[in-house]
Amino acid sequence: MDTLRTLPGDDVRQIMWRFTDRYDIQMVVQSARSLARGLVARLVAEGARKTHEWTDHKAQLLEAFDTSGLTALFMDPHQGGFIDGPKNLALALVAFELAWVDAGAATCSLATNLALAPIHERGTTEQRDEYMGRCVPPLPGEDRAPFRGAFALTEPLPYVGVETNTLVGKLRVAKWEEGEEPILQVDKRGRFITGMDFANFATCAVDTDDPRIKSSCIVIVEDTDPGLFDRGAPTLKMVHQLSSTRDPVFNVQVPANRIVGGYTVKDGVIVPNFTHSEIIGAVFHRTRVPVALMTTAKLLSAVEPVIRYQRQRFRGGDASEPGTPKYELGLQAKPDSVLRLVEIWAAGEAGASLGFATARLFDQLDPTEKEKDKVFAERGICGPKSQLTALRKVEKQAIEYLQMEAAPTRDEARFAELGQDTLVSYALLESLANILCPACKLWNTGNGATVMREALALMGGYGITEDCPGFLFYKWTDAQLEATYEGPEAVQRRQLSITMTNEVFLTRLRIIIEQFAALGEAKPETGATVVAKGLGLWLWTIEFLHRAKDPSGARLYHNRRQNVTFPMADALCWLMASYCQINDVMELAEKGPENAVVAEGLEGTLGFFTDLALVQAARAAGEASRVCASMVYGFGPQAAEELDAFDALRSQLDRSMAGAALAKDRAAQALTQVMIPEALDYPL
Amino acid sequence: MSAGYHIVVCGGIVPDPLQTLEPVQGPAGWGLKNELMLPAILDPWAGHALFEAANLAKNVPGSKVWLVSMGPKAKLQQVMMTIAQKVPFELVVLDGPASGFADAHETGAALAEAIAAIPGLDTSRLLVFGGWQSASRGAGATMQVIGEKLGIFEQFQGVDKLEILADGALRVLERVEGGSYQDSVVSGAPAVFGWATGELPEPPNNPQVGMQNMRLVMPALQKAKPVKLEKGPEYSGVQIPSQKRETRVVKDAPVDQIAKEIVDWLSA
Ligand SMILES: Cc1cc2nc3c(=O)[nH]c(=O)nc-3n(C[C@H](O)[C@H](O)[C@H](O)COP(=O)(O)OP(=O)(O)OC[C@H]3O[C@@H](n4cnc5c(N)ncnc54)[C@H](O)[C@@H]3O)c2cc1C
Repeated sequence: MDTLRTLPGDDVRQIMWRFTDRYDIQMVVQSARSLARGLVARLVAEGARKTHEWTDHKAQLLEAFDTSGLTALFMDPHQGGFIDGPKNLALALVAFELAWVDAGAATCSLATNLALAPIHERGTTEQRDEYMGRCVPPLPGEDRAPFRGAFALTEPLPYVGVETNTLVGKLRVAKWEEGEEPILQVDKRGRFITGMDFANFATCAVDTDDPRIKSSCIVIVEDTDPGLFDRGAPTLKMVHQLSSTRDPVFNVQVPANRIVGGYTVKDGVIVPNFTHSEIIGAVFHRTRVPVALMTTAKLLSAVEPVIRYQRQRFRGGDASEPGTPKYELGLQAKPDSVLRLVEIWAAGEAGASLGFATARLFDQLDPTEKEKDKVFAERGICGPKSQLTALRKVEKQAIEYLQMEAAPTRDEARFAELGQDTLVSYALLESLANILCPACKLWNTGNGATVMREALALMGGYGITEDCPGFLFYKWTDAQLEATYEGPEAVQRRQLSITMTNEVFLTRLRIIIEQFAALGEAKPETGATVVAKGLGLWLWTIEFLHRAKDPSGARLYHNRRQNVTFPMADALCWLMASYCQINDVMELAEKGPENAVVAEGLEGTLGFFTDLALVQAARAAGEASRVCASMVYGFGPQAAEELDAFDALRSQLDRSMAGAALAKDRAAQALTQVMIPEALDYPL
Repeated sequence: MSAGYHIVVCGGIVPDPLQTLEPVQGPAGWGLKNELMLPAILDPWAGHALFEAANLAKNVPGSKVWLVSMGPKAKLQQVMMTIAQKVPFELVVLDGPASGFADAHETGAALAEAIAAIPGLDTSRLLVFGGWQSASRGAGATMQVIGEKLGIFEQFQGVDKLEILADGALRVLERVEGGSYQDSVVSGAPAVFGWATGELPEPPNNPQVGMQNMRLVMPALQKAKPVKLEKGPEYSGVQIPSQKRETRVVKDAPVDQIAKEIVDWLSA
């Protein structure tokens, strides 16, 4: 039987992550890769990470981002960019490529985008064009420096951190002459603000401190505004040293048109069109996806150096002779070392599938969301509360649409009608994005950090030294920041506790379970049955938690009961990642034969990825099963019939894992055979 | 020369040199193990030629650059995602083997035919560029064959510098033994130049340049004609040079010490 012959190349990844037809994105990937494995790797190797200060050495990154097109990637063509339409997948791939070498460099490249994100998502057209345009690097012949930004939400203790509502940053009216634009006083202190060493502007979350301003908002401050634009002290962080982080202080006066998204004046009061939390919701929804993929890139980047280390472990000197297993296979002669590497690769695969699926979903969601806003504007539905009510009303139709889509026959006219309804489409996409986004941010980074430790362990003592090829130690510790910034794990779990009980999502989940059960019948080797059974058990448990009570009579599923909601959120993440991974393997099976390069050796590549999918499915289902059991039994005693029903499902799940350990053995064997390059393509 | 040059760069693709390259004999003859699956790059020597061509075209208004490449279409397409971002050119594709085992004469003939068929190519302004060597084939003959077939007999190999003189003549520095250069002047186009490394750094990637090139690159790939080469030489044996790679990682070693070690090794 053919096995994995070489490490997967771009052709394979383009199919799995669905950008075979996007030459623009393929080029951006190459551009980011050569920057990562060139300048970025050199900076790390030269010790640029060894200071908290932003140095000239590190600053080379900014110019490199500009000249290699990465800065302009975020912009639309009319603003000076080169990709039209949504760019979530492109940005996610860039973060992935940069983090393959150093995630701090990835963060650095994204900092201005994060600063622009509030303006991009909710700014007025003028604000968008102005700030996005100014951040584009100068074209040949233009005499200006590109604008760079920072996003300032987090505040010094005891204020904004995980909880983003208790803002101490304040906004007051400084001057307001009849018929003129009001002048506002911004007073904001930031903590841990990325990009502050060179930011020309910052988008600051501030609350109102003036009866003439209705609500909180996000306001733009610039380094030339009158007042204090103090960059503050550098954060003494121990990770992501190729990004700049400081605790700035802003005390400046700005015109009211700097309120992101604009404002209206009602009865002498400035009413911002968006509060800070409305904007932050939209911003993080998207920017969390590239962060998730940073950790994932590191897991996958570890595979090659670990294999090389294992194989070469006993070569040289007189420890072993060429031709002996000890010489040829090195540590790979010991099963555990390759089995563990399989686990690392499988987790990386699942994270990549989940993250890129999420990025693609946002590429679909972006235009639909704009359409939705238009519909709301036409119908005069404004304000988050009335929009939420309106969306809740279409949930029924969204559910109807999903059911029709999955049914063998349907009323085509009604189906088409629902399919064309903007609000229905929006509800469908948003209900899934509300799961996938927190899921990838939470699982890829949090679980990824743990798995990254395993990668280090496989390198022995080398793993914790600076000489470890692939910078694995830095990658491990950096992962902790990826799990923390832009909303730590608790925030993602909290979001999931609410969104994972949304009926549109649950309807979709029931359909996924059916589809995967059918897929598993046809192709049990993919692990689809395991995921179907795992999701089935999870769904049963969620429903149980809603009807069951603890001995004191208190409901089990409750927002404040994080001992229930949080583990259930974690369990869902494992399963959704596995679900996405299997989808990508199926895509490779379908499209692989169409590409001459991929077709060569496809049997081996596909067999290997299928084995990884089954390994991961069993791991995920095992985790979900453990969590569900601890929910059903842990708050007991519960009714015997409930427990019987649960036990039956759980035992079905266990049985569905037949062959998973064999798949792991096969995958491990493949890792002893696969051809790897002679040397890593970036320095030590 | 007010009308500028028509510069045709011949460049094949080769497996990324960091990969493990292991000769194997298959049903279709010799090749490298998993060759089609290994990531490929533009042949580095041809790459230097391409960057020199783009630079010359930029400095001589009215000039235009074509890249003529023979290789498996799908692999070429991947390589274009990098190369097409570096400098502007128009691509001409021959969907055929890129293997280092293909016959240089057959390859040269196919490339010459493709060059002759480029619409609007003005042979009186033609400069044919390529690598004097290849990272996959050390034949060093392909560029000569192309020149001969096209009837261009002014040929220079191992070129590191090409300078346009005030009267339109071209001054060429060719590598000769002992680190010296042969300094020649040729009155003008047409001529063939097999480049060594040239003098230019690799231009950075710029997706914006790439987006412009891709408008012509993709159609060129789509309409690429399959090329079948007649069977070349029979290889009675193939071996990787028996070199021993001994890598040591030493940080912060002074230059003098490195130089001394190399000298000691050479004279050992
Ligand atoms: C290097 C770096 C760069 C950063 N860049 C930026 C930036 O550019 N802009 C910006 O605005 N911010 C930035 N941040 C800030 C970052 O987003 C915050 O650190 C993060 O949101 C966590 O806030 P906190 O540190 O105050 O943690 P806390 O709010 O103190 O939370 C600590 C922990 O308490 C627990 N916890 C807190 N609340 C809950 C809850 N409701 N339920 C359950 N558990 C809970 C969780 O375990 C949580 O991880 C950056 C941080 C770092 C370290």
